[in-house]
Amino acid sequence: MSDVLVVAEHRRGELREVSYELLTAGRRLADAAEGDLHVAVISGDVEEYAEDLSREGVDAIHTVADGEEFNHDRYVAALVALAGDLDPEFVITPNSVNGLDYAPALAGRLGRPLVTDAVAVDVDGEGLVVNREMYGSKVETVIEVAEGPFVVTVRGGEFPPAEAVAEPEITAHDLDIGDLGSTVTGYEEVGAGDVDISEADFLVSVGRGIEEEENLSLIEDLAEVTGATISSSRPIVDNGWLPKNRQVGQSGKTVTPTVYLAIGISGAVQHVAGMKGAETIIAVNKDPNAPIFDIADYGIVGDLFDVVPELIDELN
Amino acid sequence: MKILVTVKEIAEVADDFQIADNEIEETYLEYDLNEWDDYAVEEGVQLVEEGLADEVVAATIGPERAEETIRMALAKGADRAVRVWDDALEAQDLLDVETKADIFAAIVEEEQPDIVLTGVQANDDSFGATGVALAERIDYEWAAVVNNLDLDLDEGVAHVRRELEGGLEELTDVDVPAVFTIQTGINEPRYASLRGIRQAQSKEIAPKTLADLGLEESDADSVLQVAEMFEPEAEGEAEFLEGDAGDQAGQLADVLADVGVLGE
Repeated sequence: MSDVLVVAEHRRGELREVSYELLTAGRRLADAAEGDLHVAVISGDVEEYAEDLSREGVDAIHTVADGEEFNHDRYVAALVALAGDLDPEFVITPNSVNGLDYAPALAGRLGRPLVTDAVAVDVDGEGLVVNREMYGSKVETVIEVAEGPFVVTVRGGEFPPAEAVAEPEITAHDLDIGDLGSTVTGYEEVGAGDVDISEADFLVSVGRGIEEEENLSLIEDLAEVTGATISSSRPIVDNGWLPKNRQVGQSGKTVTPTVYLAIGISGAVQHVAGMKGAETIIAVNKDPNAPIFDIADYGIVGDLFDVVPELIDELN
Repeated sequence: MKILVTVKEIAEVADDFQIADNEIEETYLEYDLNEWDDYAVEEGVQLVEEGLADEVVAATIGPERAEETIRMALAKGADRAVRVWDDALEAQDLLDVETKADIFAAIVEEEQPDIVLTGVQANDDSFGATGVALAERIDYEWAAVVNNLDLDLDEGVAHVRRELEGGLEELTDVDVPAVFTIQTGINEPRYASLRGIRQAQSKEIAPKTLADLGLEESDADSVLQVAEMFEPEAEGEAEFLEGDAGDQAGQLADVLADVGVLGE
């Protein structure tokens, strides 16, 4: 019997959606390994979080009421102690910014192999089998890890959230956390501005394929003739060509327009996370294998510098 | 103060490619400096330019071919470089996080840097774990996904911003020595100047084997094995608009008109 320990994630008083998704991933792995599903929730209002995490399939919840917000030193110390008590074969954390801030250290401290950014997890005999993407989502790999126990980070949005309410056993742990080498001093919202792209009905979104800042005028012309709002993928904002409030994606805004016209955007997973809810997705890209075409409703394989001027002419 | 920057030569895949024996065939790969590491190098060089650091050492794990990439880091201002490779590493098809952390930990042991900068992730295998695993291994503090770094040497603290999801940033103070994984957008990486490229030719790239670093061949052994590699299935079926650019644009205009989003 091999147990699974899932680590919940919360921020500013709320559990993040990925926590419920990980309950589903964890339960599937626990079923495959014929074990129990344990859930750890650390810092903040752990009693309330534990109540929210009491979903079908969860066997036990472990709370550590130390600190308010995420701190990686606290997470590593608490999880090392819990793993020592529970001896889970699998520890699963979100492949989030915070997950990647503690999971590698946790794996190191526990002396366990780490596989990150899993899109599927399974067991094969005594080993772990993980599907993950490489080369900017152009290929998927199946990775086998023969020797356990394991630490795995799971990508958000890949498993349905566990919803049915249940009553697992809840245990509060009083742990000696020790010294913290880092201190969170605050949070800041970025990207506020005159335009809220999450409200737009029609987004013309531009990516790395635009090549040069001066070429953005082509997209501005298109936006003008179509009445669309301009948004972008990350590299455009990184280059300082558009302000942060225009960025669509995991670290930017989540948008759900009627039409999302992606121009010169390859479709990195971090970008897709922010726009896959659009009603109609249209992609223009030179690369026929660009991942954006996997989620697009309409695709144009072509050079944006040929297609966009023609489109502007057509609409004029 | 010394800064160690870990850099990786990453493989980029051509638009069309073939997979054979769980590998992308070599002919479809092009090699380049990992994008995140480019920002990490720039951050290190800027700390020297601001007078906060004295030296930037670039370290990489990679075959001789990777010297081309590491010269790029040298041309952009890194002072010297260390490249680790040998047959034991060559024999692995996927280095695990532990192996990479062990190798960089051995370099840290030799170099004794005050700050280690790594990219958040590498664009080819996207593990996103080396920096934090290294910090744990060498008992340094750390912060992952840093998009602003402000060093206060008097206090021995780095004030950093970590880029969280959804347009939120976390402000964190981290005790130094520390490892920071650097997010794109933290700075504007410079182009290598002709002068920089010339100077890079004479900068040292020290080749090292596992044995040179006091490691065993078995330290290269990876517990991860690539059992399968394939092109992922499309989630949906895109309707491709065919023809020349004019035809495609015409059909696209029709789609936009049908959906009814065209403004006045």
